Amino acid sequence: MRKMLVVLFLLFALAATAGAQSSPLLLNAAGATFPYPIYSKWFDVYHTAHPNIQINYQSIGSGGGIRQLQAGTVDFGASDGPMSDDQLAQSKIKILHFPTVLGAVIPTYNIPGVSGDLNFTQKALAGIYLGTITKWNDPEITKANPGVKLPGEDIVVVHRSDGSGTSYIFTDFLSKASDDWKNKVGKGTSVNWPVGLGGKGNEGVSGLVKQTPSSIGYIELIYAVQNNIPYGKVQNAAGKFVKADLAGVTAAAASMKDMPEDFRVSITNAPGATSYPISSFTWLLIPAQISDAGKRDAIKGFLKWMLVDGQKFNEGLSYAQLPKSVVTKETKAISLIQ
Amino acid sequence: MSRVLLLWRKFLNVVMLTLTGVAAFGVVAVLFLILGYLVWNGGKSLNLNFFTQLPKPVGETGGGMANAIVGSLKLLLLAALMGLPVGLMAGVYLAEFGGKTFSYVIRYTTDLLNGVPSIVIGIFAYSLVVLPVKHFSAVAGGVALGMMVVPITVRSTEEFLRAVPGSLREGAMALGASKWRTIATVVLPAAKGGIITGVLLALARVAGETAPLLFTAFSNRFWSPGWSQPIASLPVMIYTYAIAPYDDWHRQAWAAGLVLLALVLVANIGTRIVLSRGGASRSA
Amino acid sequence: MLTLTFAAGILLLTSMLVYELWMNSHLSRAKFGWMFFWTRTWDPIFDNFGAAPFIYGTLVTSIVSLVIAVPLGLAAAIFLSELAPRRMSDTISFLIDLLAAVPSVIYGLLGIFIIVPLMRTTVGPLLIGSLGHVPLLGQFFKGPNYGVGFLTAGVVLAIMVVPFIISVSREVLLTVPREQREAALALGATRWEATWKVVVPWARTGILGSVFLALARALGETMAVTMVIGNDPKISASLFAPGYTIAAVIANEFTEATGDLYLSALIELGLVLFLMTFILNGLARLLIVATDRGGGHPS
Repeated sequence: MRKMLVVLFLLFALAATAGAQSSPLLLNAAGATFPYPIYSKWFDVYHTAHPNIQINYQSIGSGGGIRQLQAGTVDFGASDGPMSDDQLAQSKIKILHFPTVLGAVIPTYNIPGVSGDLNFTQKALAGIYLGTITKWNDPEITKANPGVKLPGEDIVVVHRSDGSGTSYIFTDFLSKASDDWKNKVGKGTSVNWPVGLGGKGNEGVSGLVKQTPSSIGYIELIYAVQNNIPYGKVQNAAGKFVKADLAGVTAAAASMKDMPEDFRVSITNAPGATSYPISSFTWLLIPAQISDAGKRDAIKGFLKWMLVDGQKFNEGLSYAQLPKSVVTKETKAISLIQ
Repeated sequence: MSRVLLLWRKFLNVVMLTLTGVAAFGVVAVLFLILGYLVWNGGKSLNLNFFTQLPKPVGETGGGMANAIVGSLKLLLLAALMGLPVGLMAGVYLAEFGGKTFSYVIRYTTDLLNGVPSIVIGIFAYSLVVLPVKHFSAVAGGVALGMMVVPITVRSTEEFLRAVPGSLREGAMALGASKWRTIATVVLPAAKGGIITGVLLALARVAGETAPLLFTAFSNRFWSPGWSQPIASLPVMIYTYAIAPYDDWHRQAWAAGLVLLALVLVANIGTRIVLSRGGASRSA
Repeated sequence: MLTLTFAAGILLLTSMLVYELWMNSHLSRAKFGWMFFWTRTWDPIFDNFGAAPFIYGTLVTSIVSLVIAVPLGLAAAIFLSELAPRRMSDTISFLIDLLAAVPSVIYGLLGIFIIVPLMRTTVGPLLIGSLGHVPLLGQFFKGPNYGVGFLTAGVVLAIMVVPFIISVSREVLLTVPREQREAALALGATRWEATWKVVVPWARTGILGSVFLALARALGETMAVTMVIGNDPKISASLFAPGYTIAAVIANEFTEATGDLYLSALIELGLVLFLMTFILNGLARLLIVATDRGGGHPS
């Protein structure tokens, strides 16, 4: 009996010290899955450069990021759907938005026999997600894709099951593309989807589309690239079909007239012949007041790094860099964090 | 006519009895299929990296689950520290002291707790531990798992204590030992084989739980020092990796599944063997 | 004294659990009242929440799992108690008990990579093709086949609960007095007839208890279900349609419920689930205890 207690105590002591270095500064963050690939890269690189700072980011969806930040269980959050005026008003703490990268939401699909790029009109995407267009050989789709043999199969629609900024971006675009969508469903991180299966995170949606023939889903560009799944071109406000890439996203951002002071802006359905219509910024949500000096300095340090060195990793992972004007504005805004 | 009926009844007899055999062996076959798949898919992916490395950034291959393995062990330790004393003591109470109605109430409540879905326990642990301190933590995960350890431990402790023959107790008391002395020095040691197996089974059961950890222990890409930080665990990693599209993550999920299943099965099989061997001396 | 406090601690813990569930679901209960149970929308944007799709999904998947597991489990239990020699019966029982020890997330893993593709490529088309056109029954076997859905979740759940049915039923069947069997056989019954018409009915309350136990287990299953059900809060007749269960939606949406009403609605769902399993476990207990006390069998 006594021996067991001694062993238990030793195990306890061992476990308590396992992994403890010279007590690093731990920051917990959670939120969007949209930028998860670049964030995980950044936090990894930053940790290697600053071994005493550990930023544990969990990709649980933008809704989760907002929620956990407000509950105070994480030090900062991340979301691709900027918080609404209502949400900001109801929040017990003041929250600042800091754009990090520019990304694209793309329609990815898995249609046996179709390997090229499909063109999607705005009406087509809205119809598919409204449930009014149910088959791949619907005229709205075929007329934009002459020469492609589309099967008469039912379309398996995939959307997000969790609160998602990617959903926000996509539904924001659909609300602009279709009045029907705007009135029936609206935009948000979690909407009442008329049809479809739910996948958890960008990861879940990509996984479902990859495994389910005849399916369509909306995900961030990098997820399609990393998993070699095809994605289509989307018709922009100027009527042109654009395939998502860095140039298209940058053009959409450039068409934005002025970045508001609080950095909350929507660039979906941007004007311009080369703009990719489902582009968006994504934001880190930082509390305006951080009482812990160590954490505050670490976060500010990371932000400064992110705006300069961090941006160099963007393009390698198919995210576009922030426009110079935005970077300048943000660098000034970092001082708002007290 | 009756001859035909007799033939039919005999035929039915053979068919139905064969079907029952098929059912039984079929279910056993499923077990072996599961094991087989895990060994096949998981075994391929098990390598040194898996046990020693931390997860890599998204999309990069390699990387492992060292932090999740240690994390699961730490969570088990916490669950044991919090749940076992309660379970053991309550089991002793029910077997040695209990009054009739109060014991009935305790047993009923314990069964109730046992039947609570693990996700509901997770909600409770979240509001009890995570919200007040504003922190996901290993402790919160330990609380959730500890709550699940309690009912299993109570049940098995009581059962094995009751199985200790009354003569042992009476003998000790006749020699002048107080009730507590008797329990501590005679009854408990006699039942210890069974109680330990109960403890191991309880721990094996909670080692595989995922749902309650989702919003208590959360997860962590790094090592989790101390007890008040979010912590990675094998089941949560399996879940996260399995629903993602990356093939490398799928590989790792299989490997983790194999490790987890191996742990659980070893505990279950091991305790069974110990029990059946101890069984002979119990009834003596 | 010491042990008493610990024992009482369990009471305290459980009461706190119920209390927390009740208090934290206050907002949702106040706003929706009893309508909560049959509202079909789950709309976080317009703050309109209803439990109907989740209760439906929970019940459907559990019932499907029982439809598969009960005949299978009962058959296996009969084999183990009546036919198999003692040692074989013990070994097989032991192996089947191991199935019960496999963690839920591993069933989910196997579900995603093995059962879902199987359902989509083979079983689904087979069932839709053969049963889809049958009047009435065909309603359940229609429509697009994604691989994930009610049926897949039901199948995975069936595998998870069958060990419980087998284990309890076997024990109950073993307690049936020998005289019953022998009397039937003496009257000229075949082995099967003696079993099916005499032994099983004798043990029927206990067997029913095992079914309730299995049902309670199936209702609360989270991980395996959320990985294969499709996560769509809709009520559909077809078993191949995606659905959602109470446990699955809590797991997916709890950490991200933006808005207190949203979170409160999820916790209210948790309360509902708790009540369902509470009642079922209570019933199961009554039934199994009743058999222990000497066969619920009117002579």
